[in-house]
Amino acid sequence: MTLSFTHSISQAQAPGLPRRAGLGLKNEHFSEVLETSPDIGFFEVHAENYMVAGGPFHHYLGLIREQYPLSLHGVGLSIGGEGPLNDEHLARLATLIERYKPHSFSEHLAWSSHGPVFLNDLLPLAYDDETLKRVCEHIDQVQTRLQRPMLLENPSTYLQFQCSTLEETDFISEAIRRTGCGLLLDVNNVYVSCINHQQDPLKYIEALPLHAVGEIHLAGFAEDTDSLGDRLLIDDHGAPIDNAVWQLYQHVLTRTGPVATLIERDNQVPAFSVLHAEARQADRFLLEARA
Amino acid sequence: MSRQDVFTRALLSPEESCPKGLFSHNGADPASRFAVYRNNVHSSLINALAAGYPVTLQLVGDEFFRAMAGVYVQDFPPTSPLINEYGGDLADFIQGFAPAASVPYLADVARLERLRVRAYHAADALQPDQQEIIAALQQQSDLGELRLQLHPSLATLNSAYAVVALWAAHQTGESLATLDPFHAQSALVLRNGLHVQVFHIDSGAAAFINSLNNGWPLEMAVAYALDAAAEFDLHQCLALLIGHGAITHLHTEPKVSP
Repeated sequence: MTLSFTHSISQAQAPGLPRRAGLGLKNEHFSEVLETSPDIGFFEVHAENYMVAGGPFHHYLGLIREQYPLSLHGVGLSIGGEGPLNDEHLARLATLIERYKPHSFSEHLAWSSHGPVFLNDLLPLAYDDETLKRVCEHIDQVQTRLQRPMLLENPSTYLQFQCSTLEETDFISEAIRRTGCGLLLDVNNVYVSCINHQQDPLKYIEALPLHAVGEIHLAGFAEDTDSLGDRLLIDDHGAPIDNAVWQLYQHVLTRTGPVATLIERDNQVPAFSVLHAEARQADRFLLEARA
Repeated sequence: MSRQDVFTRALLSPEESCPKGLFSHNGADPASRFAVYRNNVHSSLINALAAGYPVTLQLVGDEFFRAMAGVYVQDFPPTSPLINEYGGDLADFIQGFAPAASVPYLADVARLERLRVRAYHAADALQPDQQEIIAALQQQSDLGELRLQLHPSLATLNSAYAVVALWAAHQTGESLATLDPFHAQSALVLRNGLHVQVFHIDSGAAAFINSLNNGWPLEMAVAYALDAAAEFDLHQCLALLIGHGAITHLHTEPKVSP
């Protein structure tokens, strides 16, 4: 069982990211990374931040790319959108990929644009056949345009749709089966969604196509409560990784073997050393998973 | 209306009720959970504006700025996934925003801040050595016909207010008590290497730089500058531009008419 997983993972990752911990690259840390060359497996950037003509962002990313593997993570493609994908945006992605030759490109199972409006959030989808068909067409279009397989990230959600006819995990499995894309398994999103929807995270994980995992995301969440006073977790990327998420991550690694793992922090960004410590923690778990 | 039509409308407008057909597994009111998405949309966009306009925010305070940005977000949500471009016309909105009328220079400070963001991300250009530019200028037999190409990051702003002094005071934490905001200033914004810089220039220099950016030869640019301000000092203005890597190319050939 483990052997077949390992085999599939190497395919999903080829030529892929190293099976180590990586960090989201923040502009606050550009100089420090270049000056100290920290031992980090890879860096990940949000594609949209680098869709600018020139200046410091390209300057620093170019230099950092010379030293580290890179993961390009899109947040604006709106793969779950009802309308067609934005061709201009796809062209900008293709240009970035040509320039930086990232080891991986990933996007979300969500929508963020509608008509002329961009909503700057990853919004939830109803899981039915119509949506599945549309999402698969969009993934096909992305993979054809970019000439490479992409990874699809499982979402964090706060609500469910009455008209959904598929479980989220079945929807994801089928999209991956039909399009040949890989899975970006966001373990924090699994935990957040499962708490919010009173599901068992371990069962959710088991229902995913783990052979297709090409990258893992880890992040922190914020705590809120809903109208019944129940825990409502918000995926805000603004806190250290919770113990429950670390534990779930360790469990995932027993099922997948070591997989490139990103520590995400997009709000209240702390000193680089704080993020590096979380990366080292992930590296220790990855090393154990190798044994 | 499609599902995402309804969702989008309800996200953008706080008066709209939560879309139908949603539920929470524990039976909680879906509106209390839909509010998370609505809050994410609004707060992320307001945060993006706050990050792009730090001095504008300081001039009116966090609470006022966020309330104003909230109205802007609702009226003018982004139309592109490139969030660093969002709010490019916030200054025009501020100018017409009645509650901000008591801070008449607010819109121009916002304009200056937007020029800084644009300069930061503007295209790169080779910045020739200062001595090279000076030597090339000295070798010209017909200086008046020469056209100077400026760095893509470079822009000017003419304001009826002391926009550079206001902005600069917020960089150093200097007291605004002694600052008279009610005198006209022009600003030059450019990126030299990796650093965006802001300079106070006179209206003649602003006219000169704008003329160069519009492709006019040196002689015409000087004429426009002197028109704007009789005391325009060509030498000083060229020294400023050369000294900060703003002149990227000299064109000696006449401009081809379209």
